[in-house]
Amino acid sequence: MNAHAGKDAPVRRNIQGNAACALGAIAAGCRFYAGYPITPSSEIAEKMAAELPRVGGTFIQMEDEIGSMAAVIGASLGGVKAMTATSGPGFSLKQENLGYAAITETPCVVVNVMRGGPSTGMPTRPAQGDILQARWGTHGDHPVIVLAPHTVREIYEETIRAFNLSEALRVPVVVLFDEIIGHLVETVELARPAPGELTERKWATGPREEYLPFAAGDDMIPAMARPGDGYRVHTTGLTHDERGFPTQDPEKVTAFMDRLLGKLERHRDLIERNELVETDDAEVLILAIGTPARAAKSAIRELRAEGVRAGLFRPVTLWPFPERTFRALAAGRKAVVVPEMNMGQLVLEAQRLAPEGVAVRGVNRYDGEAVTPGMIAEAVRESVA
Amino acid sequence: MNEIKVTSADEFDIRDWLRTELMPHFMCPGCGHGIALRALLWACHELGVDKDRLAIVSGIGCSGRTGAYIDANTFHTTHGRPLAFATGLKLARPDLTVIVITGDGDSLAIGGNHLIHACRRNLDITCMMLNNEVYGMTGGQVSPTTSAQRYTTTTPAGNMEPVFDACRLAEGAGASFVGREATLQIPTLKDLLKEAIAHEGFSFVEVISDCTEIFGRKNALGSSPEMVLKQKKVMIPERSDNRVARPFRPNPFPTGVFVRQKRQEYGGAYRELCDRVRQGGKEG
Repeated sequence: MNAHAGKDAPVRRNIQGNAACALGAIAAGCRFYAGYPITPSSEIAEKMAAELPRVGGTFIQMEDEIGSMAAVIGASLGGVKAMTATSGPGFSLKQENLGYAAITETPCVVVNVMRGGPSTGMPTRPAQGDILQARWGTHGDHPVIVLAPHTVREIYEETIRAFNLSEALRVPVVVLFDEIIGHLVETVELARPAPGELTERKWATGPREEYLPFAAGDDMIPAMARPGDGYRVHTTGLTHDERGFPTQDPEKVTAFMDRLLGKLERHRDLIERNELVETDDAEVLILAIGTPARAAKSAIRELRAEGVRAGLFRPVTLWPFPERTFRALAAGRKAVVVPEMNMGQLVLEAQRLAPEGVAVRGVNRYDGEAVTPGMIAEAVRESVA
Repeated sequence: MNEIKVTSADEFDIRDWLRTELMPHFMCPGCGHGIALRALLWACHELGVDKDRLAIVSGIGCSGRTGAYIDANTFHTTHGRPLAFATGLKLARPDLTVIVITGDGDSLAIGGNHLIHACRRNLDITCMMLNNEVYGMTGGQVSPTTSAQRYTTTTPAGNMEPVFDACRLAEGAGASFVGREATLQIPTLKDLLKEAIAHEGFSFVEVISDCTEIFGRKNALGSSPEMVLKQKKVMIPERSDNRVARPFRPNPFPTGVFVRQKRQEYGGAYRELCDRVRQGGKEG
């Protein structure tokens, strides 16, 4: 700790990614956490159990993963910012209630520290096998935002941003990173967000008679009512009309689904965040998140020393995927190289979006070890050969 | 809460508590759930529960759809999970009166884990389980409380599985208030629910509520009034101090209050712990 730092100055410290996630949540105003022990995410629950009582919040270890997701949504419906954290098997169990959060437009943050799968897989080894589950895990068309930090500091910042986006857009937000980054210890400055940097939910105002809980204006985000505010709203996982009551009227269902999914497109500028490294003159564009993105940065230095012009496109907001930005960046390159710790998930986006004539090449590792800079450099060299 | 009042059936107007704009409701003719709903709202009325601070949390099934008719903060959640949603809601908002409406399939099958842990934890939630012995919403499949030999769409030759005694399960899991009543006796059911809501801690009330259209028809149990009157023949009203132990649901079945215990309520205890931590006591 810096002895000269003032009370509100950023604090430099050695901290683990999972702990930074918990501190980011507290800084973002999270005051409820429900979880269930699972490797390699348990440190997040442990940190929240210690920190939440100090700030007047509530921690509970629930009886299972499903219950912890339910409790988080229950707390958020009560008006409190809420989070849970898990890993692959637990993330699978949370999917049904994640869908409930999506259809009821209940803000919540779900952290998934990825380990080897499928099933119990390799609990202590890193992987990126949940890239597609994070987008498509629950049934039905649904909105979800997925943030993919690649450093300890970024875990802290993106956890704060996860709460801001979730509260602003009334959508579940997943923070997705692999075991290496979750357990990585880095010396970082964690800046406490200023009050203006935190987003609060849009609450219902005005008379009850005029309030429609699922009607929205141009921003497509309905104002939410808390129990106790006098609105006495019905919340259901059934497809509902603007009053909140179940409907199967095709017109109303279409309007509801169009708004539910469309609100993310409407706010794309708020949601999208990317990092570009040496892309201006790059012959080869590397598309990566998490640990492979770190390896890509080393590979780019190595390659440029050899005269091979490589660059990195790293979507910090993984979903919705930054389609237009990626398509524009990929244009005119010799190739797009996609290193990932799975058998090929992110590469599907590159294949779908890369302009004609741009080769797409995956670099895949699924043995519980990290993609190395050497593996990426080799693939880039082969792409320009 | 306000001073507790006692009202006659005539003095209680259920329409004050219902979303009348949703009528007609979607229950089958003769369904017991409407009777249970009436008793629940009558209990809330007599307790002076504030509708603005009343949260009704339900799961999936016929029981799950019942809550929507109440003019309160109503949450129709996922199958088997209303107790887990309610746990988060009550911990985040201790000022609310939280009542869970669930069914035998919702709470004893898919949601069994949440039920036993809610009993153990003793958070101040009231759980009203409507037991109609069947999955009615999905067309009449066997449930954990379907009586022996009964026919359902998935037990076409009669049910072979033993039944759960939900009250004994709740008692074994540590619920601090446990009771059972049938829809036959509305004022008695109202009084039981009233005590359950007023109880500080987790309270579990099983309501024997007939499914006449699906279960009754399939098993030739007679008309709706006939089914309700049959409840009388199998009920054994008794008090907790003279309760006869029975291994499973019990036909005939005992009714009344089986457990009435003063035990540390979880939410209050957690908040006291937080106060101690903030005052610099033992930290984690």
